Amino acid sequence: MVQKRPVKNVSHYSDKLIIKGGKIVNDDQSFYADIYIEDGTIKQIGENLIVPTGVKTVDAYGHIVIPGGIDVNTCLQAPHLGMTPADDFYHGTRAALTGGTTMIIDHVVPELGTSLLAAYDQWRDTAHKRSCCDYSLHIDITRWHDGLFEELEYLVKDKGVNSFLIFMAYKDKYQSSDTQIYEMFSAMRELGAIAQVHAENGDIIEEEQKKLLDLGITGPEGHVLSHPEEVETEAVYRAVTIAKQANCPLYVTKVMSKPAADVIAKARKKGMVIYGEPIAAGLGTDGSHYWSKNWAKAAAFVMSPPLSSDTSTPDYLSSLLSCGDLQVTASAHCTFTTAQKAVGKDNFTLIPEGTNGIEERMSIVWDKAVATGKMDENDFVAVTSTNAAKIFNLYPRKGRIAVGSDADIVIWNTKETKTFSAKTHNLTVEVNIFEGMECRGFPVVVISQGRIVLEDGKLNVTEGSGRFIPRKAYPDFVYKRIKARGRMADVRGVPRGNYDGPVHDVISMTKSVPATPTTRGPSCPGKTPGGPARNLHQSGFTLSGTQMDDHIARRTTQRIVAPPGGRSNITSLS
Amino acid sequence: MSGTGYQGKKNIPHLTSERLLIKGGRVVNDDQSQYADVYVEDGIIKQVGENLIVPGGVKVIEANGCLVIPGGIDVNTCLHKPYLGTPPVDDFYQGTKAALAGGTTMIIDHVTPQPGESLLEAFEKWQEVADKKSCCDYSLHVDIPHWHEGVKEELEQLVQEKGINSFQVYMAYKGLFQMPDSQLYEAFSFLKELGAVVLVHAENGDLIAQEQSKILGMGITGPEGHPLSRPEELEAEAVFRAITLGNRVNCPVYITKVMSKSAADTVATARKKGSVVFGEPITASLATDGSHYWSKNWAKAAAYVTSPPLSPDPTTPDHLHSLLSCGDLQVVGSGHCAYSTSQKAIGKDNFTLIPEGTNGVEERMGFVWDKAVAMGKMDENQFVAVTSTNAAKIFNLYPRKGRIAVGSDADIVIWDPDKIKTITAKAQQSALEYNIFEGMECHGGPVYVVSQGRIVFEEGKLQVQQGTGRFISRKPFPDVAYLRIKYRNKMMSKQGVSRGMYDGPVYDVPATPKYITPAPSAKTSPTTHQPPPIRNLHQSNFSLSGAQIDDNIPRRSGHRIVAPPGGRSNITSLGC
Repeated sequence: MVQKRPVKNVSHYSDKLIIKGGKIVNDDQSFYADIYIEDGTIKQIGENLIVPTGVKTVDAYGHIVIPGGIDVNTCLQAPHLGMTPADDFYHGTRAALTGGTTMIIDHVVPELGTSLLAAYDQWRDTAHKRSCCDYSLHIDITRWHDGLFEELEYLVKDKGVNSFLIFMAYKDKYQSSDTQIYEMFSAMRELGAIAQVHAENGDIIEEEQKKLLDLGITGPEGHVLSHPEEVETEAVYRAVTIAKQANCPLYVTKVMSKPAADVIAKARKKGMVIYGEPIAAGLGTDGSHYWSKNWAKAAAFVMSPPLSSDTSTPDYLSSLLSCGDLQVTASAHCTFTTAQKAVGKDNFTLIPEGTNGIEERMSIVWDKAVATGKMDENDFVAVTSTNAAKIFNLYPRKGRIAVGSDADIVIWNTKETKTFSAKTHNLTVEVNIFEGMECRGFPVVVISQGRIVLEDGKLNVTEGSGRFIPRKAYPDFVYKRIKARGRMADVRGVPRGNYDGPVHDVISMTKSVPATPTTRGPSCPGKTPGGPARNLHQSGFTLSGTQMDDHIARRTTQRIVAPPGGRSNITSLS
Repeated sequence: MSGTGYQGKKNIPHLTSERLLIKGGRVVNDDQSQYADVYVEDGIIKQVGENLIVPGGVKVIEANGCLVIPGGIDVNTCLHKPYLGTPPVDDFYQGTKAALAGGTTMIIDHVTPQPGESLLEAFEKWQEVADKKSCCDYSLHVDIPHWHEGVKEELEQLVQEKGINSFQVYMAYKGLFQMPDSQLYEAFSFLKELGAVVLVHAENGDLIAQEQSKILGMGITGPEGHPLSRPEELEAEAVFRAITLGNRVNCPVYITKVMSKSAADTVATARKKGSVVFGEPITASLATDGSHYWSKNWAKAAAYVTSPPLSPDPTTPDHLHSLLSCGDLQVVGSGHCAYSTSQKAIGKDNFTLIPEGTNGVEERMGFVWDKAVAMGKMDENQFVAVTSTNAAKIFNLYPRKGRIAVGSDADIVIWDPDKIKTITAKAQQSALEYNIFEGMECHGGPVYVVSQGRIVFEEGKLQVQQGTGRFISRKPFPDVAYLRIKYRNKMMSKQGVSRGMYDGPVYDVPATPKYITPAPSAKTSPTTHQPPPIRNLHQSNFSLSGAQIDDNIPRRSGHRIVAPPGGRSNITSLGC
């Protein structure tokens, strides 16, 4: 496919910058040093750097200097019922930069009937024009079929996509059966890609939705009632089981509840290669708001899996994040205006799903986990940036302050607080689910591609300056172990001689009747196997007794002489 | 409760005229043990106590300090389940004979209709065969091979008129019996309304099908392919899913054949969280393990083929016994389904064709004693609970069965804890030519077995009569499963939030239903065509913000959200 998008004008990389006096924090260590940036790349790190004259100096004294955040879960373009999200690539990435996030990975959601490639191109076109920061793309597999493997292969090998999302929910729309998920996981492993799952049991959700609507519950509380935690937990458990069978690494997007997080933590302890991603909303707020008397407020929280009604959930998730049981924080930013949400005012199943969080993500993690003493600044860098870069193969270009890395750098104020409000946020939606929340820790200076985009509270972004960052297959962080296991996992049969005893006769009828193509999908009624077969061994014919070749030694098998229905003393089963 | 009301529809001249006095034993129920004599007349226990006054000419059994326990109940047998049209070698006669020899005086057999077959007809077929052949009392579970609307009527009839209160659904056997989650949900919901117990065969059939084709593709065709294609994770996953479904529907769930540690742990964890779930390990999983699948002897390896398979982890039996002892698992079944070696050999070139099932109806009680009671894990009362009483409670046979009390059926076993027996195919009642427990020594066994008030097993000799077994009908809503469910129903009723109507602006959407059924032909066509973006009518200048004529009228409880899309509004007061 011909690349029609013009190559980015790189004139704005000419900025030369020196960041002085700050403490550099990577995921493995912190140290005091200055950073010299030229052409969008980190050129020198150290003290008393020799730099050309006329370089702009950024004073980081008293602050920490961290790799720019990476938000690996945004939906800035995916339409819902024909409605595009209120925050598109421009507004979304602006908000991201304001919050200290210098790269996003957005989800390409192909409409049913559209090819993955076409959707990918469409996303690239829009992002190319609108994005203010570097970006990459996940592709959601909305329907699996046989011909898709070639498309995936093409995307992985030629288009720089190494991660795909699979849905276990949204019945009759995006949902895949276990068989399909197994096939997809196997395909992912073959291609060296990351399988992401949206883990909820769509079958149960649909039944619960019907039940609730029948009960006359139509408000947003119906959303959380029909998506109970168990349904999320069950799907995570199943995804883990399938991934284990397929020997495929697994990435669970949007871990929203305690039991779901526990399943991931346990699976890791059993040696699974699995990653869990809590999101800003799950870490910063809870599901009690679904019962708000204010419809617009309640609806603003609608997303899947829903926020847990258990108010201890955010605390629990940040603890697991701190100890490494969960690895990545994202935002799952997908916003709809109140008017758009109001499409579901009489039926909660029609409320478009998604919350904000792209701007607040890093501050929430700092406030809930670092400021409370659960994690240190290095862990903070790991869960907001480095781990994501490693899993999705962006490391060390992204996710680290090192010579040669991209100059995506954030100077982070750890002392003061900032209050979130719909009045001051950089989004287009009129509701902010974190309204009134005061957070310690926020960016004072944000540098994207070597250019200062946020300084003194002022945003200075350029629409369309974001570059697409291609990602290679087989990220080491994920696949080293998988490869080794692939070699180990050979199963072998038992070498035995052929069984040569009597065999019961059956009329030709196989056990594996051609199956309904998918379970969990529509089923086909009325399969009638034939009637009972006549048991030919009830006849007088028998093989027992001496045979003419009895003196010939058999290989390893024993001859089982077993007249059916009778007793035989020869079956030595020891 | 009076015992006379219990008589089944069949007043066969089973020889209940015998009057029996069991003397000098310790009567062990699930709640207590006591030294007492038991007097039996007309197949019913008439008196329990010391110094009983009984008529003359009564036959006396000297228990000599042995235990007097309620006869075992084996709730999982398949004595008539055909495989590719051929019946198992142990039919109702052979199977119940073996049961009685092992101290089991009642079985519940699985009726297994084929997909498309009427449940009712299959049930009648089973009942007819069992009435003719069974030597002990029996009842029937009905398996639901396929869920559809028409099944409901039959289920209703079976529960209300035929005395069936338990039905099995399958999460495995893809393309044959397997139901997807939405059907399981419907089945659970419907069976709950009927007050039935849902039995679940828990294995993920989708994944098994994948693994089977993978393993056959690798050229592995022997019985070891069976456990390789059904790793225990697939069992644990399905158990977890079944419990989740049960919780959502608020329906009791009974997991048949708990074969692995992880599946058992899943049941135990769920119980600790309050789920109404029961787990049933079977003789095979309690007494042996899956290492034999790798035997060089094909016939031996094939003998162990059952689903879910025996776990290759040799610590499994011990773990299951521990859970059984502490009450995390409740019932011991046998999963007895006996196919001869030549029947097993149908799958000699393809393990997926090997008929599934192991023996165990005769050895069931002995191994629980040997491996749990004799080891000090479990006491004699818990032994009675897991081999008889719990099953009677769950399937609503209690206290007619599962207890030694005045008015209960005289299904009684005199159990000698010191009896030692070596299991061998040569000495078994089953018609099989092998025994998967061959050579194992077992401590504890029956000396006398009394069924329907008649001595059927005495000092190693069986005296049974074909067709004496009665069908025992079971009522729905067993207390032990359903009392909690009923309370939860009341508590779990969901309530919405009463709010005023949302009366802010609503985005216009074209009339597309939420669930689009996509044209299948469109799947592969790489059309770039996207529906043209819908014009956002709210981008127009029309706005509801600003003063309105009715601003002075207070709204009910809803806030008026005045929010021009795309713009910023300061009116969204979210502080409530």
